[in-house]
Amino acid sequence: MDSFFARFKNSLVLIAIVLVQTIALAVQIQRPQAVAATPAATPSLDIGRPDTRRVTVLRYWTGSVLTPFERFFHGAGLHMRHVWGNYVDLRHTREQNQALKQEVARLREEQAAFAEDAVQGRRIQAMLNFRQQYIASTVAAQVIGTSGSDRSRMVLIDKGSDYGLKTDQAVITPDGIVGKLRDVFPHSAQLLLINDPTSGAGVILQSSRIRAIIHGGPGGRVQITNLTDDSRISPGEHILSSGGDQVFPRGLPVGVIESIAPDPQHQPYTAITLKPAADLARLEEVLVVTGTQTNLPAAAEQDLASAEATAEGSSALTKRAADLAAERLPSITEPPADPNAPPSDPNSAPPRPAPALHPDRYSPGATPPATDLTPGSPPQKERD
Amino acid sequence: MAEHSYTSRQELDQYAFHPAVTLLVPVAAVLLQAELPRLWPPLLILDLPLIVVIFFAVARRNPISGTVTGTLIGLFQDGLTTQQFGINGIAKAIIGYLAASIGFTVDLDNLLNRIGLNFLLCLLQSGILYLIERFLVGAPGTRLQPLHELLRAGINTAIAIPVFFFLDRFRHRD
Repeated sequence: MDSFFARFKNSLVLIAIVLVQTIALAVQIQRPQAVAATPAATPSLDIGRPDTRRVTVLRYWTGSVLTPFERFFHGAGLHMRHVWGNYVDLRHTREQNQALKQEVARLREEQAAFAEDAVQGRRIQAMLNFRQQYIASTVAAQVIGTSGSDRSRMVLIDKGSDYGLKTDQAVITPDGIVGKLRDVFPHSAQLLLINDPTSGAGVILQSSRIRAIIHGGPGGRVQITNLTDDSRISPGEHILSSGGDQVFPRGLPVGVIESIAPDPQHQPYTAITLKPAADLARLEEVLVVTGTQTNLPAAAEQDLASAEATAEGSSALTKRAADLAAERLPSITEPPADPNAPPSDPNSAPPRPAPALHPDRYSPGATPPATDLTPGSPPQKERD
Repeated sequence: MAEHSYTSRQELDQYAFHPAVTLLVPVAAVLLQAELPRLWPPLLILDLPLIVVIFFAVARRNPISGTVTGTLIGLFQDGLTTQQFGINGIAKAIIGYLAASIGFTVDLDNLLNRIGLNFLLCLLQSGILYLIERFLVGAPGTRLQPLHELLRAGINTAIAIPVFFFLDRFRHRD
């Protein structure tokens, strides 16, 4: 027996180590459990959940070894870029300033144009009792490391629970959504990108209003695989967050449809590949959404008010200009109206239907006024 | 001056490393693996920890040592990803064992042998990872991309050769 162990010592050690890790792997794998409890829940959205507490502690230890080095390299890089950008590379600053001023002027005009639409949209939302979730507070964080594997699209950010970050909070950039927080440590957090295979988000196609779920595909692509072939879906269509996943606020840019192809492995569904709105490969600074609210934030309210004022001012100016132009230009003079003629305004009275040729109880006017009716069905005798 | 006499190929080719090298080189490899793709995303195709596992396993010519080194580096790598602990641990344990076992029979100071070994073991690791993700974990959307894996093996082999020559400086005979 001893000779057996001595002879196969190396192989036995390998088998034992692989076996232990296989068992550990089996323990870690979590199957979706919420599906049975809530039939409306989508299984695909039940992925990308945080680890159990023990695994989180292991990840925290692992990350703690590297995080100080990553912070150091990131800080050194930032310092060098700061020195270069602020003291050395100032050649085109004046031109950039001029271009930015022109862009601000253009954006002000656009803002005025959109203000009226925004007011109308909010009025309709109020009528429909729709509660829009606006981003109330964010925490800016910097990306300090990656997972180092193209099988796992995850990055490490330099803010953690000490800044109030929590698991499953949405992470965005000004360009669009980026991902959500997976494991949050005291001074850092893992950000699961939307192109990770275990990631998922609820989206809506902007023009066709079709709802779908995005997740990461092979090679770091973002895909929709739960839609069948539909002629309304075409490349170039913009995708927005639908808010249905309870993670990302509604209406944030997600990406643009890049290609649509049949999915041979999941017929009859199609594989729709997106180009993410945010550059997921070159993330440097991100915003973690730490709070949402149903009212527009105060700063946005001020912007909207100023835009409305600008819009009113510009429309008044436009009217005045139009009136001035009308006075100067020759116009058709209408003949004087007959004072004895009846008013001819079509909107002065509600339209009346033509009288019925064979009136019955459904004809207009045949129904007795509501004040003469009594609630409830008529008694049996009366009906007979 | 002490004289050494070696009686077998295993003894002739076994090397040891300073504890600091044993500790710092894998940490540096994992750190670079996490940092380099941040600077240039295509570098995600690299697998520096794998190169280090193969190097230490081949240099020590000890399958148990190779297995343990591969397991520890693999688990460390798993801790930085969203994957379960054990995926890289199992794959690199097998790679470490095989690299050390092959080291008995093949002269791995030869450049061509090093190229062939790195290329084959890199491909093998891709296959093992695919099998683990597909059948053990059941990860959604797992697909084997043969061309991508061939490219990965080629690039990692090209990186491994100078890394091996650099790390050769730190080895010494027992």
